[in-house]
Amino acid sequence: MDFATLLQVLDSTVRLATPLLLACLAGLFSERAGIFDIGLEGKMLAAAFFSAAIAAITGDVWMGLGAGILASLALSVLHGLASITFRGNQLISGVAINFLAAGLTVLIAQDWFSQGGRTPSLIGAGRFEAITLPGVEAMAGIPLIGPIYAELISGHSILVYVAFAMVPLTWWLLYRTRFGLRLRAVGEAPEAVDTAGISVVGLRYVAVGICGVLCGIAGAYLATALQAGFVKDMTAGRGFIALAALIFAKWRPWYALYACLLFGLLQAVALRYQNIDLGAFVVPVQFMDALPYILTVVILAGFVGKAIPPRAGGEPYVKER
Amino acid sequence: MDKMPGWADAVLVPLITLILAAILSALVIIGIGEDPVAAFKLMVDGALMRSSGWGYTLYYATNFIFTGLAVAVAFHARLFNIGGEGQAMIGGLGVALACLYIPWPNWYVALVGATVSAAIFGALWALIPAYLQAKRGSHIVITTIMFNFIAAALLNYVLVNILRPQGAMDPATARFPEATKLPTFQDMFSTAETAMFRGAPANVTFFLAIAMCLVVWLLIWRTKLGYEIRAFGQSESAAKYAGISPVKITVVAMLISGGLAGMMALNTTMGEAERLVMNATEGAGFIGIAVALMGRSHPLGVLLAALLFGFLYQGGAELALWTNIPRELIVVIQALVILFTGALDNMVRMPLEKLFLASRRKA
Repeated sequence: MDFATLLQVLDSTVRLATPLLLACLAGLFSERAGIFDIGLEGKMLAAAFFSAAIAAITGDVWMGLGAGILASLALSVLHGLASITFRGNQLISGVAINFLAAGLTVLIAQDWFSQGGRTPSLIGAGRFEAITLPGVEAMAGIPLIGPIYAELISGHSILVYVAFAMVPLTWWLLYRTRFGLRLRAVGEAPEAVDTAGISVVGLRYVAVGICGVLCGIAGAYLATALQAGFVKDMTAGRGFIALAALIFAKWRPWYALYACLLFGLLQAVALRYQNIDLGAFVVPVQFMDALPYILTVVILAGFVGKAIPPRAGGEPYVKER
Repeated sequence: MDKMPGWADAVLVPLITLILAAILSALVIIGIGEDPVAAFKLMVDGALMRSSGWGYTLYYATNFIFTGLAVAVAFHARLFNIGGEGQAMIGGLGVALACLYIPWPNWYVALVGATVSAAIFGALWALIPAYLQAKRGSHIVITTIMFNFIAAALLNYVLVNILRPQGAMDPATARFPEATKLPTFQDMFSTAETAMFRGAPANVTFFLAIAMCLVVWLLIWRTKLGYEIRAFGQSESAAKYAGISPVKITVVAMLISGGLAGMMALNTTMGEAERLVMNATEGAGFIGIAVALMGRSHPLGVLLAALLFGFLYQGGAELALWTNIPRELIVVIQALVILFTGALDNMVRMPLEKLFLASRRKA
């Protein structure tokens, strides 16, 4: 493999890791607050559709982004209602949200655009364009660093930079602020948070809300930056890969970045090479597709460092009387 | 004292959730500019007014009975088996291998063999998540989700690289031999004068599904194992105290669940397609969740809910054929049913309980 090919694969790794990273951090906020969320997929899908639809109608991608975030937030509120207010089963609520999004997006797309459940292709200002960072020209002459800077670091859409900036921000928010301490506490010992006079319900709604916003950006990125428009089921299991990455990262922001880059790399390699010939044997493309899930099961099984979820995860909080 | 009489819990709550889901679905239909009454009439006409419509309704219902029972058995042990889809896919592999590589003399011997094979394959696919849950505490919901994706990749590999006949383009096995062809409802119920269920895929596995309802009922409420499963589901600590092994119950309940999900493939693979195709499960594994929730994990409830979803599926296909309403409407209805019967259960239950308590206080 030559240098140019390697750069291309890494470049597409960054692109493919971005939606995973956003969704993974979204899940991190929610699950750290004790609300399991297997509805990441559905929220991304809803956001993908509404961002592409509104961007197609208004011609303004920022309006699309806003609409995507709102759609994702609406589903988050539904999840919050089911799992916080009515103390229902969080997993079942997540399943329902995934189906709701899968059905409604196609239904509405057919009604609005009559193109068999897709939106029109986005052009011009309807898409997030790649931005060229300053200094690409100046550094072009430098060997190795010049091409890396131009190909790998520069030339992505703004949402890619947002996603990567979210990692330190999430870390800072979780580990260096009062809000973060409380958020983590509410996922481990909500009764302690309650005793301290802080609203468990309020904190969990905020966490679920942040999760909705991040999923919204992830979905908008898929439909308006990575691709130019919405197609049916375009998230294609990314919400679950993000969930896998979250477990892989053991619910920690920096590790989430590494896990998402790893899974992004797997996707990029699977996309570029169908079957990988290692000489002695051939790695089939299906194995590459399944690898994130297999790795997650191995991690969950605790054979390679045990993944322990937040202690109060999945449990609705009932005040003692 | 119970807050509500048993009948209210078993009948009233599902009924109210169903009405809520129906109202919201009607609103969705109005929202996309169609007439919900006309749509409902079209669904009834297409699914229930002709015998061929019934043939499709019962065909879909057969799938949902199997997957619904699978989820229900796991629910009794308080395990959420979201992996019915993957288990059914691998069950399909079991059916295909049994049908292709064993020379069966006739269809009923073949059906017995394929059933055993499907159940074993499905159960084995549930074994690893079950073992990991029981022994290592890995959350079964997450592992079964992961196993759905792994199953899809595995099946894709096997179909494309191993079982696909030479020269064939689509990822599917060869056609099963003639001896494994299951009698359809058309074969069974048509008389010389009138053809019944013409062209419909409903077949003898429907009766197998009904029989499994009975078997599951016997298992859960009439055997020691069933008692242990229920006891474990009600309270793990109490079950442990009573000498019930959590590891054994988790694994056994998941094996039964996976086996039932795997048997679903009999209907689609052996009964309908007569070869194994890539997307043989068509999401039936997930509909099992809605069916089990709505049927309150009781085999009779599962049967009724499966019939309802069979009707919705066939009716939805009719709608997609004759109107501008895509099939995804059914996915929305399915989501609403799961939401109201599963996650927002308390939203319906809390006011009802208050109502019953208030009326009791008056009496």
